[in-house]
Amino acid sequence: MTPELRARLGRLASFFAIAALVAVMTGPSGSNDSPTLGFTQSFAQPYSYFGLFRGQRWMVFLTLALVVLGLHTLWRRGGSGVRSKAQSFRQTFDAPGRRRTSALSALVVVAVVALLVPHLITNPGIQSGIVEQVLAYVILALGLNVVVGWAGLLDLGYVGFYAIGAYVTAWMTGRLPIAAPFHHPVSSFAAIPVAIVFTMLAGVILGAPTLRLRGDYLAIVTLGFGEIILVFSNNLTNVTGGAQGTNPYIPSFTFRIGGIKYLFGNVGYYFLVAGFVAATIVLFRLLEHSRVGRAWTAIREDEVAAESIGINPLKYKVMAFAIGASVSGFAGAVTASQIGVVYPNTFSLYFSVNVLTLVIFGGMGSILGVIVGSVLVQGIAVYLRFYPPSGYQASDLYMYLGALLIMMMIYRPAGLVPSKRRRREIRQAEAGIGHEGDVLLGEQP
Amino acid sequence: MSDLVFDVKNVTLRFGGVVSLNDVTMEHRRGEILAVIGPNGAGKTSLFNSLTGVYRPQEGTITLSAREGHPISVIGRGAHRIAAAGVARTFQASRMFSALTTFENVKIGAESHRGIGAVGAMLRGPATRRDEKASDDKTMELLEFVGLKDQANVLSASLSYGARRRLEIARGLATSPVALLLDEPAAGTNPAEKLELANLIRRVRDELGVTILLIEHDMKLVMSVAERLYVLNFGSVIATGTPEEIRANPAVIEAYLGSSETQTSEAS
Repeated sequence: MTPELRARLGRLASFFAIAALVAVMTGPSGSNDSPTLGFTQSFAQPYSYFGLFRGQRWMVFLTLALVVLGLHTLWRRGGSGVRSKAQSFRQTFDAPGRRRTSALSALVVVAVVALLVPHLITNPGIQSGIVEQVLAYVILALGLNVVVGWAGLLDLGYVGFYAIGAYVTAWMTGRLPIAAPFHHPVSSFAAIPVAIVFTMLAGVILGAPTLRLRGDYLAIVTLGFGEIILVFSNNLTNVTGGAQGTNPYIPSFTFRIGGIKYLFGNVGYYFLVAGFVAATIVLFRLLEHSRVGRAWTAIREDEVAAESIGINPLKYKVMAFAIGASVSGFAGAVTASQIGVVYPNTFSLYFSVNVLTLVIFGGMGSILGVIVGSVLVQGIAVYLRFYPPSGYQASDLYMYLGALLIMMMIYRPAGLVPSKRRRREIRQAEAGIGHEGDVLLGEQP
Repeated sequence: MSDLVFDVKNVTLRFGGVVSLNDVTMEHRRGEILAVIGPNGAGKTSLFNSLTGVYRPQEGTITLSAREGHPISVIGRGAHRIAAAGVARTFQASRMFSALTTFENVKIGAESHRGIGAVGAMLRGPATRRDEKASDDKTMELLEFVGLKDQANVLSASLSYGARRRLEIARGLATSPVALLLDEPAAGTNPAEKLELANLIRRVRDELGVTILLIEHDMKLVMSVAERLYVLNFGSVIATGTPEEIRANPAVIEAYLGSSETQTSEAS
C-alpha cells in the first residue's frame, strides 16, 4: 500500500467516523435497559430525503461524509493560500515540545467521549450529577492547577472563591435577602462575568498582602480565608440567607434571541459546561506555554534566580492566584444556577481538599492529567452516589479519596498523567539535582 | 568625573553583630572589566548581593546609572527591579531552572522584561506572536554566542559545570543588561573551560559592550581578564589598582598568604 493511498483511506475513515458521530448525536436516545438502542436507531431508522426518496438514516450521513470528502479533496488541490493560513492557525495551538499527532488524537478521543456521554446516559439524576460533580470539578481543578501546579502555591481556601461566585450569582438574580444591585434581577448568564470580576478582585485582595509568605504559611492563610467565608455565609443571615440557603430558586440558564427561548435542561447544561471546559483548556494551554507559564516555572524552581532576571515573583503569584480565584468563582456561578440553591454547608474545607486531591491525583501542572483525574475521581463519586454499595455513607467518600491520595503519593508521586516539567523536577529531586543521567529531553518534535 | 555604572559609597552591611561589609567604597566605570577578589569570607558575595538588591546595607549609598545621567539608588529596591533596570548576574553555585531546557532557560531571560499579559498570552494575538518570535531569535543568537547552540534542547540539569556557567551568562545577557555581574564563574570548571570562560568574558564586553564585574578566586583568570581590581578582606577594601599593582601590593600578599610576624602583632 502506498503512503498516498494509506493517507487517503485514513481521511476517508475519519470522515466516516465524524459522520457516524453526527448520526448518533442527532439520533433518538437509547434507554438504560438497552443502551445500544440509541446507536442502532441512529443508523437504521427510515428517513426520507426531503420527501424525494426514502432510505435509512445511515445513507444520509454516508452521503454527507462523501460530500465533505469531495470538498476536502478539492480544497487540497487548489487554494494553497487558505491552507497555509489554516496551517499557521494550527501551529499556534501546537505547543513546543509536544507531538502534534498525539495531542490531536487525544483531543479527538475526548471530544467523541464528551459528545457520546449524554446519549448513553438517560437518567436525569445522573445527567445533572455529571454536570455538577464532574464537569464543574474539571473546571475547578483546572483553575486550582494554575495556582498549585504552575505557580506552586498551596491554596486551601479555594472554596472561598467558589462560594463568592455562587453568592454573587444569587445576588445578581435577586435570590438573596439583600436587594439585587440593579433594579431588575438579571439573568444567570449575565451574572457570570460579574462573578468572575468579583472573585478575581477577591483573589487580588487576598493574594497581594499574603503571597509574600511561603509554603506552609500561605496554606494557613488561605485555609483561614476559606473558613471566614464559610462562617460569613452561615451566620450573615440577612445577607446570605444563612444556613437555610438562598430562596427562591436561582433561575437556570435561558436563551432568548428574538422570539426563540431555550431553557437549558440537563443535557443542555452538559454541553454548555463542556463548552466552558473546552474553552478553559484552550486558553490555559496557551497560557502554559507562554512567557507567563515559563515565568511561573522559573519562580517555582528558583525564586532567587527568577528575580535575578527581572521577574517580579509577587506579581506573577498574584496573577496565578487571581486566575485560579476567578475560575473557581466561575464554577460557583455555573453550579449555583444549575442546582438552583446556594447552601453554606457545601463550602467546607473538604471542598478545597477535594479539588486539591483531583489536581494531585491527575498530575500537578498537567492539563490532561487534571482532567483525567477529575473525571475519574468525581465520576466514581457520582457513581457511588447513585449506586451506593451496601453500608456506604456519603461521607465515606473522603476516606476513599484519602486512601487514593496516599497510594498515589507512594506509587505515582507526579500524578496519573504527570506534566513533563513536574516529572523532570521530581526525577531530579530523587536523583539529586545536577545528576547527569537519563534526564535528556527525549520528546522533541 | 568618569562615567560610573555603579557608584558605591561608604557601604556598611551588618548581620546582627557581624559586620559583613565595612565602609566599602567602589567605583565601577562603564565598559570596564572589574574584579573583586579576596579570601573566603572577605565579603565578596555580600557586596555582590548588595549591588543586586538582594541585601539591604544599613549605611552608605549605592547608585546605579544604567543609562548615563539617569542614576537610581539600589538600596531599597527589590532584586527584580535592579535586574529590570539593567543588571544581570550569575550565581556562585549556579542556579538554573533545571527542569527546563537550555533554550527555555535563556528564553525566560529574553522575555522577562516584556509586559506581563496573561490575557495577551491566552488570546495569542499577532503582537504576542511577534514578541515570542523576537525572544526565540534572541535566545538562539545568545546560545550561539556562548557556544551552547548544539545543546539548546537539552535539559539544563544535564549540562556540564562549564556549560552551566555559560548558560547562566546567556540567560543574564538575554535580559539586555548594561552590566553583568559574575559570582565566581570559574568555580568547578577545568583549565580548558577556564580559558574558554576568560575569552567569553572578554567577548561579552568587547562585542556586546556590557560592563563586567567579576568575583573570583582563581587568580590566573582574574589577572588575565580584569582591567582593574578591588581587594576585600574582612569586609574592607584593602587595595585597588591594575593587576600589576595588585600583584606587587604587600597588603594583598599578606591577606592571601598571611605573614607569621605581622599576623600576630596586627591581630592583637
